[in-house]
This record gives sequence, structure tokens and C-alpha cells, in this order.
Amino acid sequence: MADVTLTIDGKKITVPAGTTVLQAAREKGIFIPTLCHDPKLSPWGGCRLCVVEIEGMRGLPASCVTTATEGMVVQTASPAVLEARRMLLELLLANHPQDCLTCSKNGACSLQDYAYYYGVRGDQFQGEKHAYPVEADNPFIVRDLNKCVLCGKCIRVCDEVQVNNAIDFAHRGFNTRVTPAMDLSLKESEACVFCGNCVQVCPVGALVEKASLWQGRQWELTKVRTTCTFCGVGCNLEVSVKDDRVVRVRGYDNPLVNNGWLCVKGRFGADFADSPERVARPLIRTGARGEGRFREATWDEALDYTARRLTEIKEQYGSRAIAALSSARCTNEENYLMQKFMRAVIGSNNVDHCART
Amino acid sequence: MAGLAIAFGSGAMTNSIAEIEHNDVLLIIGSNTTEAHPVIGQKMKQAARRGAKLIVVDPRRIELVDYACLWLPIRPGTNVALINALMYVIITEGLVDKEFIAERTEGYDNLWSVVQNYPPERVAGITGVPAEDIRAAARLYATTDRAGIFYTLGITEHTSGTNNVMNLANLAMITGHVGKEFSGVNPLRGQNNVQGACDMGALPDVFPGYQKVANPEVRERFAAAWNCRLDGTSGLRIPEMIDLAAEGYIRAMYIMGEDPALTDPDITHVRKALANLDFLVVQDLFISETAKFADVVLPGASFLEKDGTFTSTERRVQRVRQAISPRGESRPDWQIIGDLATRMGYPMEYNSPEQIFAEMAGLTPSYAGMSYERLAGDGLQWPCPAPDHPGTKFLHAGKFPRGKGLLQGIEYQPPAEVTDEEYPILLTTGRMLYHYGVTTRRSAALESYRPEEYAEINPAQAAELGVKTGDKVTVVSRRGRLVTRVQVTDRVPPGIMFMTYHYKESPVNILTNAAFDPVAKTAEYKVAAVRLEPAG
Ligand code: SF4
Ligand code: SF4
Ligand code: SF4
Ligand code: FES
Repeated sequence: MADVTLTIDGKKITVPAGTTVLQAAREKGIFIPTLCHDPKLSPWGGCRLCVVEIEGMRGLPASCVTTATEGMVVQTASPAVLEARRMLLELLLANHPQDCLTCSKNGACSLQDYAYYYGVRGDQFQGEKHAYPVEADNPFIVRDLNKCVLCGKCIRVCDEVQVNNAIDFAHRGFNTRVTPAMDLSLKESEACVFCGNCVQVCPVGALVEKASLWQGRQWELTKVRTTCTFCGVGCNLEVSVKDDRVVRVRGYDNPLVNNGWLCVKGRFGADFADSPERVARPLIRTGARGEGRFREATWDEALDYTARRLTEIKEQYGSRAIAALSSARCTNEENYLMQKFMRAVIGSNNVDHCART
Repeated sequence: MAGLAIAFGSGAMTNSIAEIEHNDVLLIIGSNTTEAHPVIGQKMKQAARRGAKLIVVDPRRIELVDYACLWLPIRPGTNVALINALMYVIITEGLVDKEFIAERTEGYDNLWSVVQNYPPERVAGITGVPAEDIRAAARLYATTDRAGIFYTLGITEHTSGTNNVMNLANLAMITGHVGKEFSGVNPLRGQNNVQGACDMGALPDVFPGYQKVANPEVRERFAAAWNCRLDGTSGLRIPEMIDLAAEGYIRAMYIMGEDPALTDPDITHVRKALANLDFLVVQDLFISETAKFADVVLPGASFLEKDGTFTSTERRVQRVRQAISPRGESRPDWQIIGDLATRMGYPMEYNSPEQIFAEMAGLTPSYAGMSYERLAGDGLQWPCPAPDHPGTKFLHAGKFPRGKGLLQGIEYQPPAEVTDEEYPILLTTGRMLYHYGVTTRRSAALESYRPEEYAEINPAQAAELGVKTGDKVTVVSRRGRLVTRVQVTDRVPPGIMFMTYHYKESPVNILTNAAFDPVAKTAEYKVAAVRLEPAG
């Protein structure tokens, strides 16, 4: 494709034809705020926060839906642009519950960041506030539509990524809101599969992982990239941890695999690790087999006992009287060691694992 | 994956997940992808949106059927016949890839000698799929360049599982739909690291990298590396272990992270076998049904609590990184195994999983070029034989590991168990979206949303019994009985019902059949004849 050259804030930039003004600016590290734009979703142009001034064009076009053309001259921070952005932010804040103090999104909220950046306090207008009940009737997601800025990203992710169309805009004007059909809750709608991909794209505190509530501030989280354990797709996870506990799980952006998206298990299932049913210490059987009655033991006792019994049985009945099941859930390293243990230590090839599927 | 290993010489997904976006035809057979592999399911739906054509072969009206251009609602257990009919149409209408067959395969005559007996009209009678739909599917698949096959447990967990997979390989080969990007034969592996467990040699006949224990040269190499003597006779597969334990020949078992007393077929037999052992050590996170039979339970650490690697369904080796410390006194499984070995007089002292990986890679040609350093980013797909090799996106370009691809005619055999007057309903089993094995039952969030089984039955059956959604029924097979709630839905056709295997309160494997695929030794989880009775 041919290239076009345009000027943004006095800098000449050459990009492939078809690139948007927003993309071109970002490539050069020029800042333009966005709320409804996401490079992984189709452009919408609804929030108008990304407006710029372009010579020869009337009004202030939204840069995320304006294609760069040859010779275009763009201002991203002219007085008119700044004024428009401030006004937009004032209007958004006018009916936004300003409870940033206790909001989960505090510290990672686009609205908060832009208000700070542009010095907008939200005290210009006395706007009417919404009084939607907070939706928390499912175990995974809390929806607080009072905080919604109607960017529509959740709708697009549900439609374009999850291909599920569980939610859409409904009603008009001040009452416009994002909802499943008939104003049902996500749970009642039975259309939502709780992939939580909408939560991941929401720029504000309207959609939040329920389990993360009150568990840690955004800046307290340590993020670890790892791989999901719940199926063979191998989605990449970004696990957020505070004080040695998992606060939330999000998709890590590996475009070769999951591109940042997850399903309900990968996103919301990690709490099994902290289940009270976890075996905390080695156990030795006290009841009859199958009964499941045990006493606790030290590692030394349990391992010595196991080593002794396996050695005795090997000596008495031979290596082939012992068999092992390895695990399709454990790591490669552990599977490697288990078969090595059976072959080199026990002396038998009796090793297999449950799902050869 | 014995079927693919026989046909091609190696068994794994031939293509990559990211290629699905560019497929024009997806033949999805026995895979409820949106529930079992949800993020791949997303990509399939996205592909359908973009205009790719989905052919869905499944007895149930699964979600993907809504996106399909063709749905073949097959009678469970009749895949081989259906695939034969697809090939019959492709061959008789001259839609084969003659060049591919001549250059890359052998055994075409043998294939045709079988396939010629499967005209669509006959197969319609066996499978319940109209002949016209069989023809349409065959034409669409054969005449589209970027056509991929995707399948999962639905097709491998039959007594004819290996045959099913070999037959899919036949189908791909006669149409030249393998050995290139966007076309191939793609098993979607269920558990997160089944691929890795197989690659690592957690199998009775092979060392890591599918190197045969029977091969003296291979054995010598491992014996030298491990400093020990090695047995050249293949070991036992699970069902044989269980049978021999029940008979008293297997005296001790070491079970890590698996729960055969819940997830294997015919669990009454499995439980008898476990109870008969002299010594059982179970390494797990929870007191599983199997652990209840253990003499010693060793608490392992979860994937969040340790370092390592998993190999995904697309052969991608990816890092697992520790996020939190092991809970309680639990320890990573690699440490436990090493400690036990050392106590038995064979020192196995590793400082880290990285050290284990390096040892393994040195002995495993397809992983030889990998190291933790190279895996740090987006992982690598095997084969990756050298440190400067970029990994392999799709398999079998130009040549199969066994040389020529093997075409082999496969006769249809009815499932080991068929319905009769006493047991008139076919039970099929599988996964559902909110649970995975049994781990997710310990997730408070997932468990509270789906705490119990809702067996799917057709409205016709429901009317006969006089039950509605939420009511309980008793399901009886030749092996056992259980009580479950039902969901009345036309996702399942009359005469077929569906249950998952996640719930120990309604353990479906009391009902299933332990008849085994003679090659892969995977059990017939998929088809059992049952009848329904009122609960109580
Ligand atoms: S959780 Fe997933 S399915 Fe539900 S509304 Fe959000 S994106 Fe849609
Ligand atoms: S809920 Fe969040 S993502 Fe959805 S429209 Fe509102 S602000 Fe945007
Ligand atoms: S997030 Fe879902 S689809 Fe992805 S690996 Fe985990 S279980 Fe599989
Ligand atoms: S980001 Fe461009 S209009 Fe919203």
C-alpha cells in the first residue's frame, strides 16, 4: 500500500495509507486521549475525546475514525481542542459519582487520569446523577452503571470478540445505558457466558471483578505473566497479586494465542488455590481404604514412609509390580521427573496419564 | 493421539490457533469448542462472522451449530461411517488431490477398497445424517483450499477412537489438506498439559520425545544420561494397571494429580482395584476420590505456586511462573518427586525447574532448541531442534515424519454398547463451560454458579417420565445407577442424553463403559446405553 505523509503538531509523519490520524500520532508518541477506542475493536467514534483540529476541515474531527491523507496538517492540542476535551470531561464528571476514594478502578481509570491531566474538577455543572442499583447477582462481575461513560467497548467486545451479543445500548438521552435485553441482569439474561472480556476493556469502574473488591489498590498489585491451567488452549494470563494473594486475573496480550482475551474459567477460577479444602500437610491413612480418614504427618515422616514402602514392594515383588499415573495438569518438568522416577528409580515403564485425548 | 502417529508418524495439532482466523472452512467434529476450548471457540465464531463456513458434526445442537452452514447431527459412535461416506463422495466425484496422493501418500487402493462400500445413502441409515448433507459437506470441504479439521474428546473417546482419527487423516490426505498453513488435522487437547505429558514420555512405551523404550540405542542414551539400568519392555497402560491391581499383580501405585476413581470409566471397578493395593501414594491439592484410598497423601502446589512450562494444544511450550507461595506446607510436585527419589537412594537434586528443563531438552530432539531464556516471551512451538530454530507453526510441510502418509481403509464397527429395550437411551458425556475436571469445583465463584449436574434430556423423554427442568431422575446403565437433576432441552435429540463428568455427587463414570480402544486404550466414555427412572 502507498504511504502518505502528514504533519501532526509540526512533525512530519509518513504512514501507510489507511492509517488513522490517531494511529499516526501514537506511532510518533504524540498523546491523544481516548475513551471509546481500542486497537483490538472496530472504531466507533462515539466519545469524541480524541478530537483534533485539521486544516481545511470543519469542526473537530475524531482522530480515531479519521483517515490520514497526504499533506494533512493536524493540531492535537490547539486551544479549541483542549476546550472541547475539557467540556466533554466536565459533562462526564457532572453525572459521575465521584467516589474515587473507594473505587476499585482508582489509579487505573481513564476518566480520572484525563480529568487530572486536563485539570478538570467536575464542578462546572450541577448534573443530574443516575441512581441505578449496583448489579451484583452473579459471582463474577459487579456492574455499576452509575459509573458508565457509555464508551460502548463492552458491547463491541461482547459482539466482536466473544461473538455473544449479550449486551447493547438501550433507552435514550440521559437514560441511555448498557444492558442485556429487557433490562435484565447479566445472570437473568442467560445470554452472558461470564468471559469477563468486557470487564477487561472497561475504561472506568463500571465493570469490576467481584472477587477483587477491597482486595488491593491498583498500585499495590504485582503482575505476573503465566499460562492458564484450565484447558489446552494455553491462554496467557496476567495474575495480579497483593500480599501473597491473587487479587484478579486478566488476559495477557499474546496475539499468537489469546490476544488478551479469556474465558470464565481462566479469568475467575483461580480462587481454587485458596480453597479451605486444600491439603495443607502430608497425611497418613488411619481409617479403612476409601474412607478418607487420615492423620497429619511431617514431610520427613511421610516421605520416609513412602520411600520405605516402595523399596520393600520393589524388593519383594519386583519393579513391575509398581505403577504410576503422571498428570496432564502438572508441568512438563514434573512429568519428565515422574517418568524418570519410574524408569530410573523404580525400574519399570509402568507410567501413564489419564487423558490421552 | 495414536491415530495421527500411525498415519503421519507424529500425533499433535498440525496447525496453529492463530491460523483459524484465516480458515475458509472449519470441519468441527465431536468438539463442543465454545465450552471445552472457549477461546478457540471465540475464534471459530469470529471466523464464521467473517464468512468462513463451519461444518459441525455433533449429535447435540451445540452453540457452534448456530454459526454453521452445515450441521450433521450424527448418531453417537458412527463417525467412521460418516467420514467414509465423505471420502466416497470426494473420490467418486473426482474431488481428490491426485498429485498429493501420488507424491505424499501410500495405501490409496487399500483405502478405496473399504470406502467404496460407504455410499451416502447407506451411511445415512447408519449415522442418521441425510445423504444430501453428507454430499454437501464433502464437496465444501474438498473444494475449499483453506479447510481445517478440528476434533476433540468426542472423537477419541470411543472404542473406535484411534480409527476415527486415522480416518480424519485419510480425509485430509486425499484432499491435500495437510502439510500447509490453514489446513490440517487438529486435535484440541482437553487438559492444559496433555500434550506436554505425552511429549515428556509419561507413557508406558516411550521416553521423552516419543523415543521408544524398545529401541536399544535410545535406551543406552537415557541410561548413560540417568546413570541407571533401563527396562526395554513397554509398561502398562491405565486400564491394564487397574485390571492388574484388581487381580493383585500391581501392588503399589503412585498417582500424581489425577483422579481415576472419579474420571475413569466404570469407577466401581477402579475403586475395587485401588482398595486392593498394598500401598498407594497420592500427590494432589485436594482429597480427591482417589486420595480417599491412599496410604499417604502428599500435598502438591497449584500452578500459581510454582515455576515450569506447559505445552498447549498447538505444541506451544510456554512458561508457568510462580505468582504466590505454596499454600500451607504444600510443595511443588517436582520437589516432592526429587526428594522421594533421593530418599530411595537415587539422588535427584535439582535447584529449579529450569535445570530440569535443560536436562530434558538435552534428551528430547523436538525440544532441543528450547531454553527458559528463549521461552521468556511468547513461547516456542515444537519441533524446535536447535537454539537458532524459530519453532514450527504448522507440521508436515513437504514430508511426514514417517515418510509417506499412510492411507488405510477403516471399516465401521458399531459402538461396543448399543441400546436395546431395557436400556433405550444413549448417554454421551463431555465438558461444560464452567468446570474443568474437578479443580474448578473448588473455585468458590465457579462452584456457586454451577454447583450441580443438570443432565440434558429431550422433551420427548421428559414427557414420558413426567419431569421438567430442575427435577431429579435416576439414570441406570448395565454397570450402575445415579440420581441427577435434568434440564429439558432440544439441544439433545430424542433417544440421546448428555451429562458432564465434573460432579462426584452424580459420578457419571459409574454408568460408563470400560470397553477400550485397542490401540490408544482410551475408554468408551462417550457412549453408554441407559434408561431413565423416576428418582427415589
Ligand atoms: S462477560 Fe462476556 S458474555 Fe458477558 S457481557 Fe461481558 S463480554 Fe459479554
Ligand atoms: S460499562 Fe464500561 S465499557 Fe461498557 S460502555 Fe460503560 S464505561 Fe464503556
Ligand atoms: S482462559 Fe479459558 S480458553 Fe483460555 S486456556 Fe484458560 S480455560 Fe482455556
Ligand atoms: S476515542 Fe475517538 S471518539 Fe472515542
